[in-house]
Amino acid sequence: MSKPKKSPIKRRAIHEAVEAGLERRRRRDRRLRRLGLAAILLGLGFLAFMFASIAVLGYGAFWQTRIQLEIHLDAGEIDPEGTRDPTRLAQADYPGLIKRALRERFPQVRKRRLKRQLYKLVSSGAAWELRNEVLANPALVGSRQKMWITADDDVDLWFKHPDLKEYRLSEAQQAWLRDLEQKGQMRKFFNTAFFRHGDSREPEQAGILGALTGSLYAILVTLGLSLPLGIAAAIYLEEFAPRNRWTDFIEVNINNLAAVPSIVFGLLGLAVFINILGMPRSAPLVGGLVLTLMTLPTLIIAGRAALKSVPPSIREAALGIGASRMQTVFHHVLPLAMPGMLTGTIIGMAQALGETAPLLMIGMVAFIVDVPQGMLDPATVLPVQIYLWADSPERAFLEKTAAAILVLLAFLVLMNLAAIWLRRKFEKKW
Amino acid sequence: MTPSLIVAILLFLSLAGYWLGRRAVLGMASGDFRRLHSLPRYYGYYVALLTLLPALLLLVLWLSLDETVITRLVMVDLPPALTRQPEAETSLLLNDIRNLATGNIASGEAGPALRAAADHYRRLLQLSRMILPAAVLLLALGGIALGLKAIHPGHRARPAVERVIRWGLILSASIAILTTLGIVLSVLFEALRFFQKVPLTEFLFGLEWSPQIAIRTDQVGSSGAFGIAPLFAGTLMIAAIALLVAVPVGLLSAIYLGEFASRRVRAWVKPLLEILAGVPTVVYGFFAALVVAPMVRAAGEAFGLEVSSESALAAGLVMGVMIIPFVSSLSDDVINAVPRAMRDGSLAMGATHAETILRVVLPAALPGIVGGILLAASRAIGETMIVVMAAGVGARLTANPLESVTTITVQIVTLLVGDQEFDSPKTLAAFALGLVLFIATLLLNVLALRVVRKYREAYE
Repeated sequence: MSKPKKSPIKRRAIHEAVEAGLERRRRRDRRLRRLGLAAILLGLGFLAFMFASIAVLGYGAFWQTRIQLEIHLDAGEIDPEGTRDPTRLAQADYPGLIKRALRERFPQVRKRRLKRQLYKLVSSGAAWELRNEVLANPALVGSRQKMWITADDDVDLWFKHPDLKEYRLSEAQQAWLRDLEQKGQMRKFFNTAFFRHGDSREPEQAGILGALTGSLYAILVTLGLSLPLGIAAAIYLEEFAPRNRWTDFIEVNINNLAAVPSIVFGLLGLAVFINILGMPRSAPLVGGLVLTLMTLPTLIIAGRAALKSVPPSIREAALGIGASRMQTVFHHVLPLAMPGMLTGTIIGMAQALGETAPLLMIGMVAFIVDVPQGMLDPATVLPVQIYLWADSPERAFLEKTAAAILVLLAFLVLMNLAAIWLRRKFEKKW
Repeated sequence: MTPSLIVAILLFLSLAGYWLGRRAVLGMASGDFRRLHSLPRYYGYYVALLTLLPALLLLVLWLSLDETVITRLVMVDLPPALTRQPEAETSLLLNDIRNLATGNIASGEAGPALRAAADHYRRLLQLSRMILPAAVLLLALGGIALGLKAIHPGHRARPAVERVIRWGLILSASIAILTTLGIVLSVLFEALRFFQKVPLTEFLFGLEWSPQIAIRTDQVGSSGAFGIAPLFAGTLMIAAIALLVAVPVGLLSAIYLGEFASRRVRAWVKPLLEILAGVPTVVYGFFAALVVAPMVRAAGEAFGLEVSSESALAAGLVMGVMIIPFVSSLSDDVINAVPRAMRDGSLAMGATHAETILRVVLPAALPGIVGGILLAASRAIGETMIVVMAAGVGARLTANPLESVTTITVQIVTLLVGDQEFDSPKTLAAFALGLVLFIATLLLNVLALRVVRKYREAYE
């Protein structure tokens, strides 16, 4: 009879003990939840911070400072015979014309040392631009024209970032620039040179067209090789391969290759394609081959997943009405798996487009001014161009680097959006 | 005739073969394809394949081998005084002959023997380039003839074509093996040549790394020491910093997404986090070198610490962020794979959510999580661009994360970028480092996959 009397007390003790601990336990629960949220916010915050700081750094490079000068396109200087012959026009002393215009604009400058400083205000490529202008429009010869001349990169920096502590400009130069600025003879224009030029030692003349073309060629090679090879390999492994040692071996190999550091593929390319097969260094073709080997495992794995998602009833129906296994796969299974395979391919290509390390190994790091004209021309690619510019000590290249990153990221975003769109549009629930 | 023109002609011929084969077999069956074994187009494919494949094979083999064969033939005829030389000189000689033959300027004075050789070389090359198109096109035409002769209404064309396709598929799948083989052989071969010049024990246990080899013997400060220990230490330190960032952040995000977040939050946040893995590493490198490193430096100075501008800490932090998605998505997978019943059991006993996760779910998922961390570690060790741009090049044996260290991948890049002769120990050392890197990441991957697989079997 004593037991039932005792138990309410004991139960209350347990109850109290649990109650007492409950608050602590719930606090712990909330703490874990908050920590998880903090971790996610940390990751996303870092991403946002990185993109924002690159955008802030690189935004300026899409604009270019120009100085307005009144240039006397002296007929006696450019074309004394008056023939307007393009070869004659091309040989005229355009740097001299620009220098004269600068002297006319600042007549107070007399000393040689100061004159030399004055000439440094415009880009060394400005004469070349003027020449092209005249060649395109010979009617200008003999007239006085107000023209916007590309400024030197130090001037560009001075104009865009008035809050820097140090400029590589003398006091006199800064005074002239302030004068130009007050009279509205210095302005920012959209930087077309950035998209139309190859690399250059002069920051204001450097552009990404060469690197973009190189990237395009390399990606074309990669796509042309890895898409058919990846699809074929995925089909074999998923639809035909018997379960044996050889197939297992292939599978283990593919999984391991997917995790091999990309730089090792570069070593492979250097040893096999360049040293044994004697292919040219720095060529987009070799770059494309290396990237193919690197992205192939990704493509095969994605392709197999896509094939796996096609329900067996499709195969059975085709086989049931007398199609051969090859016909079943190529006429029925493959078309259904194609959207998934293409999604995987786009993601693989995005990976290849952003890859740098293996391309350093096969010599795509050379300083190349010319835009490549073919698969075998020496070239560089966009990520390598970014690496090269990031290494440059010139302050003006910092902006260019960040801008090139923005262009690269824009391409990657577009490719990934295409992949998402493809998946949404063709995704089927069986 | 250029190779691309030959290929174009071949494609045209095989198209013609397709059309001829199809027409021929339909003619034999007097237009009634019920009498055929296969559909008419398979007879077309059959002839087309016979036209294209042997001719293409010949073309590729010829183009890849003819220069070697011609070089051999020319070398045999050279006077023995010229050929009995060390290997490097012979290759220089060959270059001269080739340059002379193509009309470029040779490096030295061209003697009569050299001129004769160049003429010989040019003649042989011309001959080869003249025979090649003829041989290839003849083979293609022979293929058409053979194919047309073989087909008749009872001919089993479809199985034959499908056999060829099947072999094509097998070959494509085997490229993965060829790639692995290529990596292992090329890296191993060059590494072995390196170990002939620098003993393996010195490489593995040496404490100093300064790969500058003297060009002249009297140069100062150019000893050339190849001890991998400082590189290993640097690599491990940066990878460890990266894991210190990535493991807690990745794991906690996975827990939050898997256990606390609503479906909608999960659908948005998961792809956003995965962007971190899709950003090109050169972007991280730029960010680490130009934004994070100065920040770390400034923060260190605020505490009165001296921080190198290429500190291991900055590179490691950024690399850690890069590998967060590897940890989080793999952990997410394994956490989701823990059976529902275990969770329900724990909650039914009165455990809070946090207790269930920490005492039931995580221990059950631990092997999978460890596997994910191992994969992330292998990623961190093999990562190149971040460390190339943000870490140093000077090898230093230190445990201070604020100093500059260098890694295996950085050294591979610095040794191989720029002009180098191929036989110097400096260049070969890069391949030896590549071998070490390959083996280390391979071991980590195999281990990780094994752990993950074992764990999966436990719950399936």
